[in-house]
Amino acid sequence: MSLAPTRHLPILATAVVLALALTIGALRYEHFASWNVFRNLLVDNAFLGVAAVGATFVILSGGIDLSVGSVVAFTSILIASLVEHRGQHALVAIAVALAFGVGFGAAQGALIHAFRLPAFLVTLAGMFLVRGLGFVIHPQSLGIRDPFIAETLNESASFTLALGPRGIAIPLTVDIFLLAVATAAVVLNFTRFGRAVYAVGDDEHSALLMGLPVARTRVGVYAVAGLCSALAGVVFTLYQQSGDPASCKGFELDAIAAVVMGGTLLRGGVGSVLGSTLGVLLFGVIQMFITFEGTLSSWWTRIVVGAFVLVFLMIQRALLASTQRA
Amino acid sequence: MTPAPPDLADGAGRDARLLEARGLSKSFPGVRALDRVDFNVRRGEIHALMGENGAGKSTLIKLLTGVHARDEGSVRLDGEMIRPASPRQAEALGISTVYQEVNLVPHLSIAENIGLGREPTRLGLIRWREVRRRARAALARLELDLDVARELGGCSIAVQQLVAIARALDMRAKLLILDEPTSSLDADETAELFLVMRRLRDAGLGIVFVTHFLDQVYQVADRITVLRDGRLVGEYEAASLSRLELVGRMVGREFSAERAAPDRAKAGAGGQPLLDAQQLSRRGAVDRVDLSVQRGEVVGLAGLLGSGRTEIARLLFGIDRATHGGIAIEGRPVRIRSPRDAVRHGLAFTPENRKADGIVPHLSVRENIVLALQARQGIWRRISRARQEQLARRFIDVLRIRTPSPSTPVASLSGGNQQKVLLARWLATDPKLLILDEPTRGIDIGARAEIERLIDELRGEGRGVLLISSELEELVRACGRLVVLRDRRKVAELVGADVSENAVMEAIARHGD
Amino acid sequence: MATDPRAERSGRGRALLAGAAHLIWPALALALLLAFNAAFTPGFFHVEIRDGRLYGTLVDILNHGSRLGIVALGMTLVIATSGVDLSVGAVMAIAGAVAATMVVRDAASFPAVLAGALATGLAAGLWNGWLVSRLRIQPIVATLVLMVAGRGIAQLVTDGLIITTNDPRLAFIAGGSLLGLPLPVTLAAAALALLALATRKSSLGLFLEAVGDNETASRYAGLDARGVVLLAYAVAGVCAALAGLIEVSYIRAADANNAGLFVELDAILAVVIGGTALTGGRFYLVGSLLGALFIQTLTKTMYMKDVSADVASIPKAIVVILVCLLQSPVVRGRIAARRRPP
Repeated sequence: MSLAPTRHLPILATAVVLALALTIGALRYEHFASWNVFRNLLVDNAFLGVAAVGATFVILSGGIDLSVGSVVAFTSILIASLVEHRGQHALVAIAVALAFGVGFGAAQGALIHAFRLPAFLVTLAGMFLVRGLGFVIHPQSLGIRDPFIAETLNESASFTLALGPRGIAIPLTVDIFLLAVATAAVVLNFTRFGRAVYAVGDDEHSALLMGLPVARTRVGVYAVAGLCSALAGVVFTLYQQSGDPASCKGFELDAIAAVVMGGTLLRGGVGSVLGSTLGVLLFGVIQMFITFEGTLSSWWTRIVVGAFVLVFLMIQRALLASTQRA
Repeated sequence: MTPAPPDLADGAGRDARLLEARGLSKSFPGVRALDRVDFNVRRGEIHALMGENGAGKSTLIKLLTGVHARDEGSVRLDGEMIRPASPRQAEALGISTVYQEVNLVPHLSIAENIGLGREPTRLGLIRWREVRRRARAALARLELDLDVARELGGCSIAVQQLVAIARALDMRAKLLILDEPTSSLDADETAELFLVMRRLRDAGLGIVFVTHFLDQVYQVADRITVLRDGRLVGEYEAASLSRLELVGRMVGREFSAERAAPDRAKAGAGGQPLLDAQQLSRRGAVDRVDLSVQRGEVVGLAGLLGSGRTEIARLLFGIDRATHGGIAIEGRPVRIRSPRDAVRHGLAFTPENRKADGIVPHLSVRENIVLALQARQGIWRRISRARQEQLARRFIDVLRIRTPSPSTPVASLSGGNQQKVLLARWLATDPKLLILDEPTRGIDIGARAEIERLIDELRGEGRGVLLISSELEELVRACGRLVVLRDRRKVAELVGADVSENAVMEAIARHGD
Repeated sequence: MATDPRAERSGRGRALLAGAAHLIWPALALALLLAFNAAFTPGFFHVEIRDGRLYGTLVDILNHGSRLGIVALGMTLVIATSGVDLSVGAVMAIAGAVAATMVVRDAASFPAVLAGALATGLAAGLWNGWLVSRLRIQPIVATLVLMVAGRGIAQLVTDGLIITTNDPRLAFIAGGSLLGLPLPVTLAAAALALLALATRKSSLGLFLEAVGDNETASRYAGLDARGVVLLAYAVAGVCAALAGLIEVSYIRAADANNAGLFVELDAILAVVIGGTALTGGRFYLVGSLLGALFIQTLTKTMYMKDVSADVASIPKAIVVILVCLLQSPVVRGRIAARRRPP
């Protein structure tokens, strides 16, 4: 029991499923077990990973954020437009985008807390609003030719591991993803704010009676989520080399699904950012399988992900029932 | 009725006073919850705060801990005037509370629950080693040695309570309020808690102990304050107040050998009992209770709060499942697994918490009245609108429900009229047996008399009634038979001429077996 | 007093007024929007008859608002039980996929196609209802499962293709007309009539409102609360399937990715505008339809003002926030406090 408390069970389950999937893949497909495939797994899912970090904060606190996809799309078109049409430096554009994310998230959190509105409705409105704003900035996809983004950030800034004959280049997007995960892990585990997030999500009433700053925590959580969504937008922009106001529809569901598959309880209070990262990788592996299989069509991803979400919900329910009986 | 409290300043020097509350009052819309109450706690004592439902115990505690703001009065802690505006401020001042339902965070570790919100940090990062060290130190003051890395939710309620106390100590509490801490503990756990309480008392803490277990009060408390109906009844040395006197003070009746039992022509019809429950049990709630109700009989369940009264009603009505024992209705054994089953067998139940579990607030009086009958008829056999109106009007008339119209939302009626609507809901189903849990609580005197008259009429119609009430007087007036409960068990059954307030008080106050 | 016939009549009159009072806000919002168009959008109210059919902007709004309206009707029942169904868009896609596939394969008679599509919706609704009422998973989470997996299932049915069909019988559902009005309008009206009858002429309406308002009290009154909740989700599923059929018929293709995209959000919005509270209890079917028409009119107005459909989501968001704030207990408390000075 002390070795594997029940709250770690879902994340262990995720790890086991992920390991199994990777093993089966390596045995079944010829080129599966290669650094390149693993690198692509990280590269293709980096922006999902960053968004999942934000979603983890929100879900741990017992809330939900449906505005993720819209914020990613908005950020991408904002950066593209600032750089291509306004002649701003890419770093300035990125800073503006991140500031927008924080402010927007905090505003959502403030509405939810001050007026006791359901989080899914407020963030739903946020989703509509930001999606529309993206189209106001620029109504179509906009390619980025700015050399700073195309070359400096994407090529020079990548970091090469001395592995294999030519080394493994890790692009900036993956670095941002891993850095976001590490930072979030530290914040959640080693700061008072992080611990308050868990406490508020687990039992808000108790948290209030224990004297925790519930209001500040709630607004903070949505601000962090807004920041992560915007950062995911930056990663997405670097990955796509363009901005598109119509992109990432339904992306918030992928982020939520990854978080749930990573063992975070949807009612809040239990989970970890490491789990969410495993969830993101599992999400990516499911997609890879479907690509490698060839005969399986892409829509199987959604079905399998849906099934996994259901299985994890069941596990969570069973665990909750068992702890309540104790 | 209220004897002057003995002069307590004698002997105990002024320095011993830890908490002095004077003339505390608090009103909520329509209720004066606390009326000029004084409350004193000394350093190094365990002080029991006693009272029945609505006595004002929880309001008093909420004023002291800053959950509510007081209307009038003053509070001194250590001689300083204080006015905490939140639990957080109260804790900072040195007043900590441990609630029955343990307000901690279940999925975090023991160490974390003790230090949450006050974790020592370096450069903004929590020093976990220090957190655990401090948690162990706080637990050591209780002479407890627990694995502080364990998840709190996996520990027993008893351990969780001790952790909550350790948290209070870590916050340098001077006054510790324990609100019904023993309700969910077994005998060994209770003994351990008492050990800890005595140890803390000897270390100079003031402890307020709220409980409804009389035996426990006499085991640990040094002094007792009794509240009733929002007023102070008195402050007593535990050693000089007998159990019988204490029960009398709590229920507001003096024990007197002379009072004659009222006329008892209220015995049931005899023969086959309407309801017969044998050895009814549910772990932690009810312990092997036998109970029967005849046609045309009002049976009362007497006992202090927490003695198992409501729990029995919930078992009979299928809200909770019995772990043991059987129920027969009109001689046939039945299995009641849900309220639906209960209704099908002709039972009816008005719950203790009328607002949360009884009325459907935004629906009309008419809809509330037809709800149970319609539920029994099912979705498709709808009671016509005309018939609904007719039913509603009939019951509004018969029960004298004061409502502007049958289509008024029930939430806007007074408590007494809401209760009558609930009675009407069940009478529409023509039940054999009504289980009424505190039907007169929070209702004004006039409506109370009407409900008592109604209960008598139901009996006259040949129905059975199981009446639960904290008002002894009411039970004695209404019931031909009284089942007395203490600590989840039946301790006496009084029939006919034996039904009297004295007999009930004696049965409740008698020493544990 | 209780037997005074005058009092009785005025009581019933007041009850009727109270019922109508809840329709005032959505009706007023719709009227304001129409007034705006009357003033600033030339030709908005122009209606003409060609080939025995009505044509015009208003007819368009009715026609396209029907799909949303039908989904919103089902959603109303779910919200009345204090739940929510996020999967309606995905269910629309599945039902559409089933219908189109059956028609293209020519495997079954046309009535069987319709029955197949509606049965798909019923199954989806029962699944959601089972998760919510039996497993007691919170509604947002429970319906999220089908929301995530549903479009995959739809693609599974269509084999990942966008199935186009020119089958005249299928096309008739959206393209046909009855009494001069497009058939979807009739379908929406029929759905409203059917649900109004089912809820008000049986005791289903009372049970839904009782469960949504106070589930514990309803259970204690002997009500089968779980069955009621299950039924609400089942109805929502069937409504979504019907909307899915209309959509397939309208675009003459089953598009698993885009059919009913974001309809769940619009439907929730329509229900809330219509006066049904997200906390459950009293529900207003007509209000939800008015809410759906309001949203459709807003969309159409934007379109006619040359605002792209994409940007039109901004005013929608503002409406959501305003309606939310008006429903918020905090704001209501403040308004009530101002009206009743101490």
